[in-house]
Amino acid sequence: MSAVVLETRGLLKRFGGITPTNDVTIQVHKGARHALIGPNGAGKTTLINLLTGVLEPTSGSIWLDGQDITMLAPHLRVRRGIVRTFQINQLFSELTPLQSLALTVSARLSISGVWWKPLGADPRVAPACEKLLAQFHLDDVMNQQVKHLAYGKRRLLEIATALACEPRVLLLDEPVAGVPEGERQEIFDIINALPADVSVLLIEHDMDLVFNFAKSVTVLVAGAVFAEGSVESIANDPRVKAVYLGEGEEAAHG
Amino acid sequence: MLTLLFDGIAYGMLLFVLAVGLAVTLGLMNFINLAHGAFAMAGGYITVLAMSRLGVPFLLCLPLAFIGTALLGALLEPTLYRRMYARPHLDQVLFSIGLVFMAVTGVDYVVGSMQQNIQLPEWLKGRFDIEWVGIGKYRSFIIIVCGVLTIALQWVLAKTRFGSQLRASVDDPRVAGGLGLNVNRIFLLTFAVGSGLAGLGGALGAEVLGLDPTFPLKFMIYFLIVVAVGGTTTLTGPLLAALLLGIADVAGKYYVPKLGSFIVYTLMIVILLIRPQGLFARAGGGK
Amino acid sequence: MSAVSQSLRAHATWRWWEFALLAVLLVSWLLLPSHALLLNEIAILALFALSLDLILGYAGVVSLGHAAFFGIGSYAAALFAKLVMPDPLVGMVVAVAIATALGALFSVLILRGTDLTRLMVTLGIASILYELANKLDWLTGGADGLQGVVMGPLLGQFEFDLGGRTAYAYTLAVLIVCLLLARRLVHSPFGYSLQALRDNRLRAGSIGLSVNLRLVAVYAVAAGIAGAAGALLAQTSGFSSLDVFEFHRSAEVMLVLVIGGTGYLYGGIFGAIVFKLLHDLISAWTPQYWNFWLGLFLVVLVLVGREKLMRPWTWFGGKS
Repeated sequence: MSAVVLETRGLLKRFGGITPTNDVTIQVHKGARHALIGPNGAGKTTLINLLTGVLEPTSGSIWLDGQDITMLAPHLRVRRGIVRTFQINQLFSELTPLQSLALTVSARLSISGVWWKPLGADPRVAPACEKLLAQFHLDDVMNQQVKHLAYGKRRLLEIATALACEPRVLLLDEPVAGVPEGERQEIFDIINALPADVSVLLIEHDMDLVFNFAKSVTVLVAGAVFAEGSVESIANDPRVKAVYLGEGEEAAHG
Repeated sequence: MLTLLFDGIAYGMLLFVLAVGLAVTLGLMNFINLAHGAFAMAGGYITVLAMSRLGVPFLLCLPLAFIGTALLGALLEPTLYRRMYARPHLDQVLFSIGLVFMAVTGVDYVVGSMQQNIQLPEWLKGRFDIEWVGIGKYRSFIIIVCGVLTIALQWVLAKTRFGSQLRASVDDPRVAGGLGLNVNRIFLLTFAVGSGLAGLGGALGAEVLGLDPTFPLKFMIYFLIVVAVGGTTTLTGPLLAALLLGIADVAGKYYVPKLGSFIVYTLMIVILLIRPQGLFARAGGGK
Repeated sequence: MSAVSQSLRAHATWRWWEFALLAVLLVSWLLLPSHALLLNEIAILALFALSLDLILGYAGVVSLGHAAFFGIGSYAAALFAKLVMPDPLVGMVVAVAIATALGALFSVLILRGTDLTRLMVTLGIASILYELANKLDWLTGGADGLQGVVMGPLLGQFEFDLGGRTAYAYTLAVLIVCLLLARRLVHSPFGYSLQALRDNRLRAGSIGLSVNLRLVAVYAVAAGIAGAAGALLAQTSGFSSLDVFEFHRSAEVMLVLVIGGTGYLYGGIFGAIVFKLLHDLISAWTPQYWNFWLGLFLVVLVLVGREKLMRPWTWFGGKS
């Protein structure tokens, strides 16, 4: 069994009168293709927010490569290799895809504070951007401002930006949310082609994507871990089916 | 010292009535209306003009000021303000600054730039002297009127249907709209009442604060302090903030006149540093 | 060179109109000697607006109190000339240093909170400084202002003449230096990270950018440049007064920048030119009520939409 890259221990988040994350203990192994599924409101995005540091847990801890990162600031977690994408695109609307990626690559190279040389002057930036633009089919729009891009392209940029950080652990929050049927395959292919040593945690409603991509699954219900296991065992677990059937037909659209 | 406290409370209550409309506008429409002071000024000038040109008695001028400015607000909301709700805050700031400049110079042009004086009716002049405390009659009047208004506002918010509709819309306008509430009408009424209250405050305050065309600019920061420190999610927040501000300003100017408003500004910055969402706001607010 | 490298380069290369603008600025000193005083005012305003562009246009921080740093620069330069030595360049360096330091200090106050909080804090700082300058009248001259600031010759050689030619050359030099510096900054990774902060602070953090340090840095730089503008005003006009801290100045510089356009660095210059010309035109016609037309212009500008107004080719349905 490969090493545990990311784990939570008894992670708990409580605010107001609700507990969106209830004593969650999960482990993500190196090279994992792990899906996080659950009915709406199960607390999946809250968990991602806790993992990335956007929210502070009420109790419990988060460990990356055996180091406690529970109190680490969000941008420092990114530096350590935990990167996420957002369910609703969070992009830099006035910049172009090329500029967004160049900035992200510069941040990864720790040269984002340089103020006396132009963006992209460092010879490592351009090749990295080229690769990403080609991989995500963004070359033809690389100089258009993001606010003018079509939704599908923006979604691709959303994921490309995360990959530009060279994550070790990638948290994908509903990557195909809102993407029209015909354009989903493009994103599936890209996710499937992710390097083997990147550990991926995927939140998804689209069961096609889950069963095609994931090797292991955690089912979250009402903030707590409901079931866990290989994708086959979860697919056949009657309790999981009951939880989803109780919710009604899960539409393929996120 | 008690007199100071009393004066501070009067000042604070006045500030509350003046600023409550701004708090609700910000909380409800997420609109930073720097021109709010102009409505207060309008109320003040309506009163002055009604009294001096038309001989209307002071007490009658108060509801007149309220109605007049409420009408003004009801006119401007659907025509101008409503277009600005979805705009970025910078645009809102520029827009309301523009309105203030227009109002200030407009009034200057029409009425002149001298400070206006209000002839209070005889029975409001002077003081009650109770033991060692001198309580100004006019200030007592202010406290009573503002107190009544505050209670009325609280009652409307808590006990009436409009109040719950308003609270729902503040909490989440989209959901409120989805529930069938006529959000536009709620905005209009709220804006009108808020402006009317500002006008009433302006009329009440003219004697205490001074009235001239630069009023909106001079007091803008005070209204904003009430709202920023008091938060926009409750009524009691701005009330307490206004009282705090009133007492601090009066005390500051008495004990350390050399520093003037310095104390108030510093206090505000300190408070906002510690609790950026305001002293009394519910946690989790703010955009 | 690949298309990507080319595109990256292209963003930072000098456009023809940037050269043209610089040329026009330099030539204006030669060709318009009788207007040197007016041009000097415009250039100072342009520099002030440039500094605001850095925090407003690039970092997205709405400040209603930027005059605080303008005023600090002004009084620092005036007091330095009066109390220590009248050399303009040394005074400039001192004024900029003080403004930058205070900018870094005050920036801590704007890191947290909502737009409204920031507005309040920036407004509050400028108001406090106004009050301070007012109350410390033994130092600042209070409401009368600090008079009789006599500057020594520039670079030991060029006296400040009444016609303002030396002054304008001096201001122009400072403006161009700051412009070049700012230009370097905004095309750098740091500059783009500021824009990322402005566009989407959440995402900026999620790609590993530290928000706070950057804001402090840009705020300090902007404060320094604003201080330079204030110092120029004091040094070229020979006095400093309370109105350098007035709300009116903060509002005005914001309008100047908005007229010229935010976020491309030259908006301050274009805006200052248009604004001053408009101001002189309208003031000649109605001196007392200039503010009314200013206010009206602001309201119309915002109602129509800032972007649309400044791009006439979009008025009839073109893409911006």
